[in-house]
Amino acid sequence: MKKKVNSTVLSQEELASDIYSLWIESELAADVKPGQFVGVYPSDKSTLLPRPISICEVNDERTALRLVYRTAGKGTREFSHLKKGRNVQLLGVLGNGFPVDECEGKDVILIAGGIGVPPMLQLAKELSGFAGEGVRKAKSVTVVLGYRNADVFLKEEFEQYAGVVIATEDGSIGTKGNVGDAIREGKITGDIIMSCGPMPMLRAVKSIAAEMGAKAYISLEERMACGVGACLGCVCKTTHKDAHSLVNNARICTDGPVFDAEEVDI
Amino acid sequence: MADLRTVIAGVEFKNPVMTASGTFGSGMEYGEFVDLNRLGAVVTKGVANVPWPGNPTPRVAEVYGGMLNAIGLQNPGMEMFIERDIPFLKKYDTKIIANVCGKSVEDYLEVTERLSDTEVDMLEINISCPNVKEGAIAFGQKAESVFNITSKIKKVSKKPVIMKLSPNVTDITEMAKAAEAAGADALSLINTITGMKIDINRRSFVLANKTGGMSGPAIKPVAVRMVYQCANAVNIPIIGMGGISNADDAVEFLLAGATAVAVGAYNFINPYATEEVVDGIDAYLDRNGFASVKDIIGIVK
Repeated sequence: MKKKVNSTVLSQEELASDIYSLWIESELAADVKPGQFVGVYPSDKSTLLPRPISICEVNDERTALRLVYRTAGKGTREFSHLKKGRNVQLLGVLGNGFPVDECEGKDVILIAGGIGVPPMLQLAKELSGFAGEGVRKAKSVTVVLGYRNADVFLKEEFEQYAGVVIATEDGSIGTKGNVGDAIREGKITGDIIMSCGPMPMLRAVKSIAAEMGAKAYISLEERMACGVGACLGCVCKTTHKDAHSLVNNARICTDGPVFDAEEVDI
Repeated sequence: MADLRTVIAGVEFKNPVMTASGTFGSGMEYGEFVDLNRLGAVVTKGVANVPWPGNPTPRVAEVYGGMLNAIGLQNPGMEMFIERDIPFLKKYDTKIIANVCGKSVEDYLEVTERLSDTEVDMLEINISCPNVKEGAIAFGQKAESVFNITSKIKKVSKKPVIMKLSPNVTDITEMAKAAEAAGADALSLINTITGMKIDINRRSFVLANKTGGMSGPAIKPVAVRMVYQCANAVNIPIIGMGGISNADDAVEFLLAGATAVAVGAYNFINPYATEEVVDGIDAYLDRNGFASVKDIIGIVK
């Protein structure tokens, strides 16, 4: 059941340049799947639409959720000034999330780049048995993260849950290059890939998965208005006719944001 | 508790609050947030004769006090609408107004004829979408074309016909009068105002379509003015919309001469908006000693 709720800021810190981490106490945290997102409302009435932001993780008690986001415009800049105790309105929980059950007993690779990194944290936690009932779901979890330079974020947190491989464009940490280079260099293989990041990276993931013979799920983003599947603003091209639209369009906000890589034309 | 019932072309609505086409799907998505039984009507997303893929993305952009959209009337076509959406809406005690779109006169007539034999209560004819290259707004910007398409649709329609007008014209009352002269049962206005947003860092258009229709609170004064003008130019009822975000806004439209109102883009901002507008109109009427919503329609002259 989706809701618009009042929630309370617990803490906020800047993790890297323009990257903020916001913990919010919210009833929405009770029922979050990794890869889902919320709409965050600015209080400035000139910026009206909820900002879709992925959920980075939820606390063990499932009473609070964490958003790690990049300031990109007026709305997110306003969020970066939110202090402890402030009220913030959230719409959620939105989207389908990653298919965690499909990872049962598999060697899983999580590949993320830039601001696609945050939603993989809860996923890594759940697959490795550090969340919920503490049952390890995947046989193994390898996390491959891509950043521009040494200004990385969430790296140590991922290291608590899984083996982490880093690629930086300038070579300052880990493999010099992109996540594909790091995967080749480390000869990383697996049965299933879950990924979130910029479009060129997701295209590369699609071919990496094909080379490896692995199944891939990718999380997409697009400008959104309603976030609930009504406005048809955030569609992506699908390889087959979508059952809802009867055309080759799926709604990222409700049919996604996570798609089987074979089913979307990116 | 005031009497909220309102009547348009012989169809009685339990209250004057509707959804603006394209902002509410066919009700399914917002059924999680609002009780659809409480709405006067659900006005559906545009329905064409065959599935339409719509425009490339980005299709939406935020602007000061509102948004631009260029969805391009993506829809699964009338057969899917009949098979899936009408049965869904029939489960609720609300009226169904199907929004009809087309690229040619023949398209509009085909959809009108097909939907005439279904359980929809009224048809709203979209001759005002600014985001498709063929059809739509091309029929709504000259009084003569408004007259022509309205009379052709009226000949084949077995349902009352609402013509949805565009604000992107020199004088909207000319379009209103043409629709009335051709036999339209009602008017709805305004559709979105054509706008543009440029990304100064990428030095390109934000929308793939370059232009989009502007909606949201910032357009409300334009919409109120046009509803007022049309209400004073024609005798058929008007469904007023454009920037309604709460009951106070809705009351403005009623006072200006609208017989009913529709909440559009604000559904995206407050998914509970429609129900809140119903309650707020009721409270306004009680507070000001009006027994019925009919008592305030068009009283500001």
